[in-house]
Amino acid sequence: MGLKSNLHNLKEKYKGTKMAPAFNAIHTFLYLPNETTHNGTHIKVADDLKRTMNTVIMALVPCLIFGMFNAGYQHYKALGEIEAASGFLSASFWTVDNLIVGLWQVLPLVIVSYGVGLAVEFIFAVIKGHEVEEGYLVTGMLVPLIVPVDTPLWMLAVAVVFGVVIGKEVFGGTGMNILNPALTIRAFLFFAYPTWMSGDKVWVHGAVERDQMIAAGENLDAISGETILGSLAQNRGAGYEVMDMFYGIIPGSVGETSTLLILLAGLFLVFTKIGSWRIMLSSVIGALVMGLIFNAVVSSEWITESSKFYGLMSTEFWHHLLIGGFAFGTVFMATDPVTASQTNKGKWIYGFLVGFISIMIRVFNPAYPEGVMLAILLMNVFAPTIDHYVVQGNVKRRMKRLKVKTA
Amino acid sequence: MGLLSKKDAKLITDPLADNNPITIQVLGICSALAITAELEASIVMSISVLFVMGVGNVVISLMRNIIPSKIRIIAQLIVVATLVIIVDLVLKAFAYELSKTLSVFVGLIITNCIIMGRFEAFALGNGPWRSFLDGIGNAAGYAVILIIVGFFRELLGSGTLLGIPVLGDPIEKTGLYSIGYENNGFMLLSPMALIVVGIIIWVQRTRNKDLVED
Repeated sequence: MGLKSNLHNLKEKYKGTKMAPAFNAIHTFLYLPNETTHNGTHIKVADDLKRTMNTVIMALVPCLIFGMFNAGYQHYKALGEIEAASGFLSASFWTVDNLIVGLWQVLPLVIVSYGVGLAVEFIFAVIKGHEVEEGYLVTGMLVPLIVPVDTPLWMLAVAVVFGVVIGKEVFGGTGMNILNPALTIRAFLFFAYPTWMSGDKVWVHGAVERDQMIAAGENLDAISGETILGSLAQNRGAGYEVMDMFYGIIPGSVGETSTLLILLAGLFLVFTKIGSWRIMLSSVIGALVMGLIFNAVVSSEWITESSKFYGLMSTEFWHHLLIGGFAFGTVFMATDPVTASQTNKGKWIYGFLVGFISIMIRVFNPAYPEGVMLAILLMNVFAPTIDHYVVQGNVKRRMKRLKVKTA
Repeated sequence: MGLLSKKDAKLITDPLADNNPITIQVLGICSALAITAELEASIVMSISVLFVMGVGNVVISLMRNIIPSKIRIIAQLIVVATLVIIVDLVLKAFAYELSKTLSVFVGLIITNCIIMGRFEAFALGNGPWRSFLDGIGNAAGYAVILIIVGFFRELLGSGTLLGIPVLGDPIEKTGLYSIGYENNGFMLLSPMALIVVGIIIWVQRTRNKDLVED
């Protein structure tokens, strides 16, 4: 008796009982379901929901691995134990020591995110009596990538419960949610525990701990690592080479720093037709337009260097694509097929506004440097409205055409 | 038979649960969001509304036959405004700090939809005793939700209840804070009040399916 038949027997045994969805989920997670639709004509395509989700997860894995190395690298660099890396393939970056720190810090985040999220999904499936949906597979991977490396695990667990229940299940589960669950989770963390989500301590593993040891009277040097957005908001300049920003060898949330890998993942998603290139492109355009406007404001000397917006406004417009979570949000979150606009024209408008508003929030509200999170959540809310007007516009145009013909 | 007949008793018990002004009629939400970050403020607000509604309903009920229906809204507003000014002055005189916390929201009791709603729907057509019970009942239903929301928001948001620390000291790291617990700042923001009210509505409708609207 193989595992498959064992699982199948287990599934048959619990058929019709309250716990059935839980066992079915384990079965379909490992094997394809035996039941398929029998009647009607269907187009057979291999990319079901599970395949779609797995493609996105495959695109995320490089970011995750890079994030682990980066976590260790930022830690040791802040301690002064290793030299600054030069270039993407730098020897001081891809070391086993760095990876070990990363594994030790990031894997628990992944495990908690999946464990808690899937537990909530299972409970809801059992109570509501439907099958467990795969909706959490991608969210569970996104969440550890968009939080600071030292986020306490219990906070993450609380946020995941909140995000999955309030962000998704109350609307009816996978496919019915208005807001992107991963961003709901991050927004919850951001507003609930701001000290753990911003500042110059949380982005480097060990910095908070170091501070506590110093406070307890030990004779150590404090370590810190500010994000580029943080130092720009305080008019202190970026402090990193442009190529380092592009490679992602900078402090930030676990998996969002490497624009290079995100770009590759984005291309992969576009080629596999999982992610919408319209949203990605229009969002980049939106960000560039806003960046250009700010650059124009600076170059026409409407604001002076003493202005608190100067640092971010004077940033070269295309640097905005490299710093902060903009690239990650655009590629992986704005393109969420459930919460984004559905119509092609709607996608252009939606994406453009995501990019435009991201940079606007980033510059005008230094307290919320991660504007892309708020911009996507805001546009998630407006996506159905955009679609409505696009569809209505289309209906109107065709009605007119009809009238002209019949008249 | 006790103090109240069965019909009269229902006037008080109904708004507490199955016809709750906040969770079922969805009235008076604004103040429920604005002042429930602290339990004390919720309680004082509840008492103020209890007073205004109880007395207001009686006054309107007594005047119901002499108020011309064309100007009844103005008449009602004058009655509420008078009562609210009394509450406001009493708070300023005896609980100045609290009245600062509640700020404009005491004044805004005037616009609390529950009060005008009950005047219109009940006091204009019923005798003073029943109107009084109805006012008390609805105010109590409002109070129950305010106090539940205030309890959770203050406990999880500040770690205190009525201003007394119950989970330990967040700065000295005692109690729960010694094992890494932290206050949830989101609880102090208004959106969370809306979500807490939403969860109450969810629980209530899960327990009593008759309340679910199609």
